[in-house]
Amino acid sequence: MNNKVYNNRAWLLVLPMLVLVAFSAIIPLMTVVNYSVQDVLGPNASFFTGTEWFRTMLNDSELQAAFGRQILFSLIILAIQIPLGIGIALIMPKQGWQASAVLILITLPLLIPWNVVGSIWQIFTRGDIGLMGWGLRELGINYNITRNAGDAWATIILMDVWHWTPLVAMLCYSGLRSIPEAYYQAARIDRASKWAVFRYIQLPKLTNVLVIAVLLRFMHSFMIYAEPFVLTGGGPGSSTTFLTQSLATMAIGQQDLGPSAAFSIIYFLVILLVSWVFYTTIMHLQKDKNSQGGV
Amino acid sequence: MAEIILKALAHTYSANPKSPEDYAIRQMEHIWHQGGAYALLGPSGCGKSTLLNIISGLLEPSEGDVLFDGQRVNELPPEERNIAQVFQFPVIYDTMTVFDNLAFPLRNINIPGHRITPKVEEVAEILELTPLLKRKAKGLTADEKQKVSMGRGLVRDDVSAILFDEPLTVIDPQLKWKLRRKLKEIHQRFNITMIYVTHDQLEAATFADKIAVMYEGQVVQFGTPQELFETPAHTFVGYFIGSPGMNILDVRHHAGEVIFADTPLPVPQAFIDAVANANSSNIKIGIRPEFVTVHASKREGALPARKRQVQDLGTYSIVTFELGGETFKARLPEGHPEFADDIYLTFDHDQLGLFVDEYRVEVTA
Repeated sequence: MNNKVYNNRAWLLVLPMLVLVAFSAIIPLMTVVNYSVQDVLGPNASFFTGTEWFRTMLNDSELQAAFGRQILFSLIILAIQIPLGIGIALIMPKQGWQASAVLILITLPLLIPWNVVGSIWQIFTRGDIGLMGWGLRELGINYNITRNAGDAWATIILMDVWHWTPLVAMLCYSGLRSIPEAYYQAARIDRASKWAVFRYIQLPKLTNVLVIAVLLRFMHSFMIYAEPFVLTGGGPGSSTTFLTQSLATMAIGQQDLGPSAAFSIIYFLVILLVSWVFYTTIMHLQKDKNSQGGV
Repeated sequence: MAEIILKALAHTYSANPKSPEDYAIRQMEHIWHQGGAYALLGPSGCGKSTLLNIISGLLEPSEGDVLFDGQRVNELPPEERNIAQVFQFPVIYDTMTVFDNLAFPLRNINIPGHRITPKVEEVAEILELTPLLKRKAKGLTADEKQKVSMGRGLVRDDVSAILFDEPLTVIDPQLKWKLRRKLKEIHQRFNITMIYVTHDQLEAATFADKIAVMYEGQVVQFGTPQELFETPAHTFVGYFIGSPGMNILDVRHHAGEVIFADTPLPVPQAFIDAVANANSSNIKIGIRPEFVTVHASKREGALPARKRQVQDLGTYSIVTFELGGETFKARLPEGHPEFADDIYLTFDHDQLGLFVDEYRVEVTA
């Protein structure tokens, strides 16, 4: 007995969403794909170039350098922000007004727009009127982000840590809150040390939120633009020029539509690939753990 | 190994308790002897878990003392009381193997590896976990996990006591029975004091030699399952123990008779005297459904009642009847006759209980 009514008109309900997605994602992306295989000389003058722009972009030494800096930057901030975020989450108060107060304080940097963050730090680090710049100078430290590449890097990393560690901390905090009290009680009964509690209870229970934290922080940091652009403008030289800035210069500054389109696609694929590899590896590891030794 | 004494113990979660209702545990004295198998039985919210956590040290009592072998341990955390506790929901260390889980409490007190392995293997053998020792604990079933939690309590052979907080809640019924037997075996083998919290009288009775029944933050009776059944010390025990629970009738004395809802009850003279002499208006008489006899026809000294329902439960039947506007129950053996709506009851006089202000009063003939 099959009394089900088949009515494919229901698909029509999906149509508005499809149109929206088309306008917001598919059509712009296709435009980029279109540009990436053409040499656009003028409004009505363009010719097909095939994969030429892609090859040029991949062989561009400046872009390769920016790519290297980008990877280095992402790795450094992940290595700092993830452990630091876990640490902060561990020492945050668990209840009462202190918990709310700390949560609000910690969230504040997250609410500040990117370019405002850049401006804040730009002023903060100035040697004449910035508290940090002036303070370091007074301490006799030769600190200048417009001259010294090391200083510029350190400042950008410090700025990003300040801006985004709260996100990791909040994710971990919520993860820690969801561990049932019985685990801590059992650990006390088993006389587990603080380290053992962290290693065998808290860290395993945080795995899922940490995967999200790492993914979000990787994608964010790999696409960072406004903050370093406002703070250092990519300098000194090109020492803090990241991929987004190279791209913006190429696409908007030089109007090189073809090459920058090809570059955008490569950029997009790299982020997609890294995120995918990371995610599947972690998920695979977890599955392995579950079935390990399951004779 | 220890004798655990609770001295003038009381606990409240409120900052400034005013009435006895503010107390989760009302002032009590109690002794758990070394090596006993005890159950702490009571309904949800009666304070049994609170009491357990006070014994293990997860909670510090607001009043009174906890003594282990005469030593006051109030301020000692669980780590220093050398106690094991198994929780309602299995707590396992996900990333470790079953072996590492069982070895964990030993490693934490720096026992050398060559002494850990035999101990873990012994405990795994008892709990039938040997084939699982190399498995990650994460993929185990609920009952395997709970066995691992229990195992962690058993590996330290010098524990003062093992406390169980409704440990079989998540276990399938047929496995429950097996695990309970296992616990009993372990108890006999190691002679460890065990306190088992449950709200299931059957679980309590099969596990424990002595049961402490808790009600509203108090231990209202501490006795063997038989004592709880035959001579409940409190109306709550009468009602809570037994299936179905005791029939409890509100009575008063009038003109040389014990009256329940305007009807004189057929009770012995000693009862009538005891009710007449009681200094309270809260007087109750209890009779277990097992000791109510139902007759189909009128007879001398029998109490008329209205039949409501007869439930045939296989080896016995439960007759629900109405008496003075309230419903009561009688338990009849298999093969009892059919009853019309009007039935007549007699009570087994030796099995009547008298309760004044909810507590049992002995009546001597």
